[in-house]
Formats: sequence, structure tokens, C-alpha cells
Amino acid sequence: MVTFNLLLNAVVTGILLGGFYAAVTIGITIAFGMLDIVNIAHPVFIIMGSFIAYIVNRKFGVDPILTVVVASPLFFMLGIAIFRFYYAAFESSGKGSLRGLAFFFGILFVIEVTLLLAFGVDYRLVQTSYIGPNVGFGHVDLPLRMVVPFVGSIAMVSGLHIFFSHTFVGRAIMAVAQDEFALSLMAVDTVAIKQLAFGIAIATGAIAGGFLIVIQPVDPSLGREYIGRVFAICVLGGMGSITGTVIAAFILGVVETITSTLFGPSWAPAVSFTALLLTLAVRPSGIMGR
Amino acid sequence: MTKHGIRRNHGKCVLSPELSSSNNPLKGPRLTRRLFGRALMAVSALAASRSTLLSSALAAEPIKIGFGMAQSGPLGGNGKAALLAIEMWRDDVNARGGLLGRPVKLIYYDDQSNPTLIPGIYSKLLDIDKVDLLLGGYGTAVQAAAIAIVMQRKQVLIGTGAVAVNEKYNYDKYFQMLPSGPNSRISSSEGFFQAAMTMEPKPKTVAIVGALTEFSRNVILGARENAEKYGLKIVYDSGYPSNQMEFGSIIRSIQAANPEVVFVASYPPDSAGIIRAAYEQKLKTRIFGGGMIGLQYSELKQQLGPMMNDVLYYEFYVPAPTTNFPGIKEFIKAYQERAKKVGADLLGFFLPPFAYAGMEILEKAVTVTKGLDPNAIGRYIHATTFDTVVGKVAFAPNGDWAKPRIFFVQYRGIVGNDVDQFKQVGKQIIVEPQEFASGTLHYPFAASQ
Repeated sequence: MVTFNLLLNAVVTGILLGGFYAAVTIGITIAFGMLDIVNIAHPVFIIMGSFIAYIVNRKFGVDPILTVVVASPLFFMLGIAIFRFYYAAFESSGKGSLRGLAFFFGILFVIEVTLLLAFGVDYRLVQTSYIGPNVGFGHVDLPLRMVVPFVGSIAMVSGLHIFFSHTFVGRAIMAVAQDEFALSLMAVDTVAIKQLAFGIAIATGAIAGGFLIVIQPVDPSLGREYIGRVFAICVLGGMGSITGTVIAAFILGVVETITSTLFGPSWAPAVSFTALLLTLAVRPSGIMGR
Repeated sequence: MTKHGIRRNHGKCVLSPELSSSNNPLKGPRLTRRLFGRALMAVSALAASRSTLLSSALAAEPIKIGFGMAQSGPLGGNGKAALLAIEMWRDDVNARGGLLGRPVKLIYYDDQSNPTLIPGIYSKLLDIDKVDLLLGGYGTAVQAAAIAIVMQRKQVLIGTGAVAVNEKYNYDKYFQMLPSGPNSRISSSEGFFQAAMTMEPKPKTVAIVGALTEFSRNVILGARENAEKYGLKIVYDSGYPSNQMEFGSIIRSIQAANPEVVFVASYPPDSAGIIRAAYEQKLKTRIFGGGMIGLQYSELKQQLGPMMNDVLYYEFYVPAPTTNFPGIKEFIKAYQERAKKVGADLLGFFLPPFAYAGMEILEKAVTVTKGLDPNAIGRYIHATTFDTVVGKVAFAPNGDWAKPRIFFVQYRGIVGNDVDQFKQVGKQIIVEPQEFASGTLHYPFAASQ
């Protein structure tokens, strides 16, 4: 029997889940939505972040989210290095799309196999003080394991929104997404701007990895489970729109949990993606797409 | 006289006396008795040496055993442990002189826990690698894919850890090293429900939930039958997709139905997620557990720690006073030493003893039938009770164990996250079957207290 209590908790849990989905997707929004780079390897950088969080938590007991925030500059530089190679090998000669996709598939498998060889196949979890306890507000019970990543996600996405809308570099990134040629006419090095953006995308993936390993156990091949979801949220939100990504992530999270509660979890993926298709049928550019 | 020593004699050509002798180059040496004897000795020696070389070549040629085994994906943890056990058997048998006097060589590929890769893997094993014998790998879905090819090629297949794979085919050369008995769908949950019915007062309601996978589907079908058999009303019955990450809503829905018993059929990441969600939501129920894969892994036991207390789920082997099978302690000790080096599951209680026992059975069958004929091996295995590291094993006509022996176990007194506590006798209480029971059921479920 479905009660108000059950439904309310489903909505709130869906919002918490949506916050996590936003963190996982924001990197794709930047890389694919703004830069037109089909970075199919994005989920594997999330997993890399999870494993770094796991090692540091296991050895030194450091909080996993703190670990990935500290490690994010390294991932930023990794993202820059990958973009430079990608640009030199593919984009500069106009062969970005299909060959670039194959390139990122290659990165996906290389990193995944490296993680498998280094860490084995076992699922890894972390220990923190906020895994296990709940916090209650009236009829609503919130597991801290979901609340803390949600807060972190919102902080990260909000920070990015401010960065993109109120800083010169951020606006340059938005501009390169709108019209790269026009930006280049204003004496802006568009390649440098794009490599900064790609570095930011990879760094957000690593931070999302810290959230992921708090929420669930992680193994090296888990990233593939998220490929469909992240691209779906990016498209639903509107290509290149941070706000659209957040709204789409919340919609997907809430639809999944309400469907789980009302009709059973087996229906959740079907309902979620039906919502995606219906939205795109009505508004093909996505919720906040231009 | 011609220049070749041939002269004419009344029109006939005859050899000159000089050329009629044994040094006649046109005729060659005369075949004397001595020469014949020497030639005979040479031929005999040559034949003997070629025969020795051929025998040596055959004796040195290894017996190739091929299989797919999960080394990645959701079943990779167990697959790696099972592979180590099979490699231990290989080393043991080769140290004893091999199989039929020939060394054993393993040829295997990572099936990534993905059944779609199985047809390609087994075709390669048979047609390119030309293996002599096959194994079935680990997992229901991959063995369900393998059995079709194996039936077509009329091979023997011994698999580990699969449920009801041969139910539809009744293939006479398929054998399963899962102690679930001839009706694995039912026996995968029967002990759980038998244990639940020992509670006072007896429970009346059950919630059933599981992943939408081949294994879980089979186990849940059995759970429904058992629920009906024991008179339990099913108040919640649902599946979830295999990539489900949020279980709080599922636990809340279960709680809303207020079941006295909660039965879960899950894979490793879901098992951890569901147990965590049960503790977070303080799930109020009397018994919680079921067919939860992953709780047998040392990594998850260690990480979940005290959350394992009171969870009632299945194991195939735990160290207990009632499970001292001949050879098991030595096997576990040897396995645990090697597991550290290769990064396999540190405890090795779940699959490894059964994977090793499966190889012992194959070894015995090949040795007794003195060959690699699948029909002879299959007939022998069906007709024999084997002594293995997991005790006596005999097979039903469908290849499952003739008698089920799944242990339903509750953890007690788990404190902290030290993995060594799980090696101790007394932490894992066998509550069913009764002939192996080392304690009684504890209820209600710890999370609800």
C-alpha cells in the first residue's frame, strides 16, 4: 500500500539521487555539450577517482570526498594532456567525431584493464562516519550516505555555474561552445580554452568518483553501467547547459525512485527513458537547450 | 667390348667377367647373409627409436583442459578464487605424474561474467585450441550459454556455482559442483524457509526481492514455491535492474508491506547496497537474508563487518565442528597462502573447495576410464560416489548433486572490520540443514533492534 510517507521519502530520495547523477554527468555536459567531444571514457575517470579515494581511505583513513577534491588538480592536468593529444591527432585535422570516439573507447578499455590488473576484480567500499546513520526530518529519513554526496554535488555544480557565468575563462568556455570562430576573431586562443574546459570535465569526474564509492561498492568495470545514463541526462538537460543537467538529473532520479516505489524497481529504467523520449519529442533541444 | 664393359656374344649383350663381380657399379653390392643381417638390425633399431620418440612425444603432450572463467565483472571475485583452486589441482596432479601419464595444461579465457562471450570462447577452445576436456566456468548465465555448445559437440561439462542450468535439457554429460541437489531452484531457498519456520510464533508473511538476472530469477521462482509450501503469504514481490544503485526506496516499500521474513536474491554490489539500506532504514523484520551472492567474499564481509550480524544466507562451506571433511583443512590452508599472492578472495570458503572437488572428480573419472572419451567419463561420474575435499559427492541424473547440502548460516558477534575473525569457528553458525547445524536461529534481525 502506498502511503504519503512512502511517496514523500521516494521524492526526497530521488532528489538526493539526482544530485549524484548531476555530479556524474556535469563532465559530459562540458565535454560533449560544450566542446562536442564524445568522451565515452568519462565514467572510467569516475572509477579512477573512486579507487584513489579507496586507497587513501584504506591506508590512511582519510575521508574519500576530501581525497578526490585534493586529487582533482591532478585529474585536471590529465584532462589537459588527453585533450592536447586528441586535438593534435584528430580535431586539428577535422577528424574529430568518429575517430575521436574510437580514441576515447580505447582510453576507456586501457584504464579499465589497468585498474583490473592493479586492484583485481573485488568490489571496494570505504569506511566513513556518515555511512550507516540516518538523519530524520519529520516523516522523512535521509541516509547520510546519500546526503553528503548530494551536498558535495550541489556545491560542485553551483561552483561551476558561477565559474562559467561570472569569470572571464568561464565565459570564454561558454563562448567557444556557441561560436568558436567568432571567439577566435576576438584574439582568444580557442584551443587553450577548450583544453582548460576538458581538464575541468575530467576533474569533475574524479570528484564524482568520491561520491560514488560512498554510495555503493565499486569495481573497475562499473563505469560502463553509467555510460547510457550520463549521456541521456546530458541530452535531456540540453546540450551544454549546467542548469539543464541538474534539472534533468533530478527528474531522472525522482522518476526512478517513484517508479520503484509505486510499480517496482524493474520498471524504473523503462519509465525513466520514456520520460527522456517524451521530453525530446516535445522539446528536441532538451529542457534548457538553445 | 663397349666402354661400359658389355660385349656382344652371338647378338646377346652379356657383362664382361670384370663387371659381373660384386663391384659392378651397375649391379651394386651382392646381398650376402651378413649384409642382410646388418640391414635387418638397422631397420629394427630405426623402428624402435621412432617408436620411442613417438611415445615420448605423446607422453609429453599435455592434456588440455579448457574453460571460460569470470576474471572481471560482477562474478570476477568468485571466478578468480575458483581459478586459483583449479590451478592448485593442476599443480597437485602434475606433481603426481599428470593425468594418464601426461601433464595437465589449463587453457582459459576471461568471460567477464558475460554470457554473450561464451559461444565464442568455447568454439575457440574446441576448434582452435583443440582442448581435450572442458569445464563450465562459474555462474548460471554463462553455464546456460555453454551447455548448448557442449551438447552440440557431445562433450562433458563440469561447472561450478550455477542453478537449474540443465533443467530443460537433461543433458547426460553435464555436472554441477553446487551442493544444491537435483532441484536447485527449490533447494537454493529451502533451508532459509525451514530455518524461518523454526521461529515462535511461526511467521505468516514474506517479502521477496531480487535482481533481474538468470540466477536471481531461478532462486526467486524457488522462493515463491517454498513460500507457498510453508504457508507464507507473499506481501511484496519485485525485481530490480542489475545496475540499481539506490535501495532505500526498495527497503521502504518492503517495510510498508510489513513482512516477518525478507528473502533477497542478489549479486555482490546489490547485496552490500541492500544490507546497508536495511540498516539505514532500521528494517523491522524477524528474519532477513536469502540467496545473497557477495556476502561470501572476504572483501564484503570485511567492509560490512557488524552489518553481517543476523543476516541468514547461504554458504557452501564454513569452518565448523560439523564440516571437517577429509582434506578440507589442508586445502583451505594451502589456498589461503596462495590467495594472498594472487589477490584472490582471502578466505576461500565459497567456491574454491567445490572447484577443486570438481577437478578431483574429473581426475578420477579419466583415470578409471583410462581415456578421454566423454561418454565413458559421463557414465562413470553418474555411477560413482566420490570422496572429495568437500565430502562424499554423488550426482543425480540431471547432473546436480544427488542430495542437497546448502548451509544456511547466520553470523554472530561480528565486531569491527577484521577479516581474520571470519576464519574463527563460532562466528558463522550453521542453522540448516539440521545434520550439520552448529547452533540455532537468532531473531529478530539485528538492524531492527
